[in-house]
Amino acid sequence: MDDIVITGIGFTPVGEHWEVSLRELATDAALKAMQESGGLRPQAVYVANQYAPVLSRQANVGVLVADFIGLHDVEAATVEAGGASGMMALRAAYLAVASGEADVALALGVEKSTDRVGPDVETALSVVLDADYEAEHGLTPAAQAALLMQRYIHEYNAERAAFAAFPVLAHRNAVGNPAAMFRRAIKESTYRRATMLSDPLNLFDAAPLADGAAAVLVARRSVLPPEMPQPLVRIAGFGIANDTLALHDRDDPLDFAAVRSSVESACKRANCSLEEVDFFELYDAFSIYVPLILEAAGFAPRGEGWKMGQDGSLELDGKLPILTMGGLKARGNPGGATGLYQVAEAVMQLRGQAGDNQIPNARRALVQSLSGPASLAATTILEPAP
Amino acid sequence: MDISRHWRNRKQRYRLVGEVCPHCGAKLFPPRDVCPHCGMEAKTVETLVGTGTVYAFTTVRQAPSDFAEQSPYVVALISLDDGPMLTAQLTDLGDVEPYVGMRVEMVTRKLRNADDERGLIIYGYKFRPVLERALA
Repeated sequence: MDDIVITGIGFTPVGEHWEVSLRELATDAALKAMQESGGLRPQAVYVANQYAPVLSRQANVGVLVADFIGLHDVEAATVEAGGASGMMALRAAYLAVASGEADVALALGVEKSTDRVGPDVETALSVVLDADYEAEHGLTPAAQAALLMQRYIHEYNAERAAFAAFPVLAHRNAVGNPAAMFRRAIKESTYRRATMLSDPLNLFDAAPLADGAAAVLVARRSVLPPEMPQPLVRIAGFGIANDTLALHDRDDPLDFAAVRSSVESACKRANCSLEEVDFFELYDAFSIYVPLILEAAGFAPRGEGWKMGQDGSLELDGKLPILTMGGLKARGNPGGATGLYQVAEAVMQLRGQAGDNQIPNARRALVQSLSGPASLAATTILEPAP
Repeated sequence: MDISRHWRNRKQRYRLVGEVCPHCGAKLFPPRDVCPHCGMEAKTVETLVGTGTVYAFTTVRQAPSDFAEQSPYVVALISLDDGPMLTAQLTDLGDVEPYVGMRVEMVTRKLRNADDERGLIIYGYKFRPVLERALA
């Protein structure tokens, strides 16, 4: 089968862009991705966005963005799957090309989290939960993660202080990422003194919601000219699996079953084993997600994922680097755009363009976004195109 | 105001009305018509017993606007004796420190004021500690 490749990426810095609108963010990212691709024009554009309808009174974001980035007469739609929206936009672009319906497709994610401020934003964030049976009882995504964290510590006798390792690692790596929202290392003492959001989860256990846009252009290799401006990255396979939406409907809330299933099927599709993965861009919306993901994916035994933060395995020079450009915690979490930042960062590693954060010989990337506490897990495996 | 949604959910909110699967016997809450355990149709109405155990709990300190005036409040995952788990606030704690494994029972309480000024109050289930009963 003809390879499906990523020809170009583009993204804005992640942060609070008070003076920049949703359309401007999207246009910036899209133009960069198209320029990197030598001016390739997509026949389809899929736009990931989570909160514009509740924060900006703007739905129909796919149609809006296609219009404002100057694409007309193309297929356009919004893709929404909670925190996995960005990855699912990539999936839609991939399927459009793989099916033969398009030669070139654009996956773009954009979020304007700062269009509202204050407690209204917390209410808006809760739209990803079960509205009638979780949010209506005062649960928030942070409170939901706090419940997992408390139970995890209780069941496995994990050390509370050990969770500091994940935000500390994220911030350390973000120093080398010019597009990251927070580019300063943090100390463990800072973590210990952080404000409590929802016991036992503190401010540094939660990735910051932010503004940003990231775009990834996907094409069928056979339509490309022999010389392309950037090294091509091949999409080797996807694995996507859902679980119950509400955390309370899980058979075992500490088992991120969708992560396991999606990693297994992505590896099968990509003909790749866990040992062959060089780094893992995982979805650290909350620090508790990190050990749960590592365990479900098969990198740590059940109940021991938290120890991986203690032994150096997750560092850039470790056996399984994660959050190589800061992750959600330090690069930031711009909602619908996040999954495409994760993909773009993996692409930079595979191209050898990760600068100070370069993992030597990066040849296989595992990239995964989650909707909520793995209510959906969307995983892709990327490699340099031969 | 979203009065229709609150009215439609009233039996679940006030009385824990769920379903029982006629094929495998599992009790379901909330009702979902398709049994998640055996995959068969499950539409038999069943009112659940409101006792259970705290699986996990947390004190929410950064509340959404709808719940801001109650903050801080405790929300928990409660494993019902009937089988399903649900999300609910803990109430009537007084001086009692909640703990994982604590026995709790359902009560009907005010969840919040609705979004508008016309005074609609939304009620629903919360759980309070089961008090020790003196033996006669």
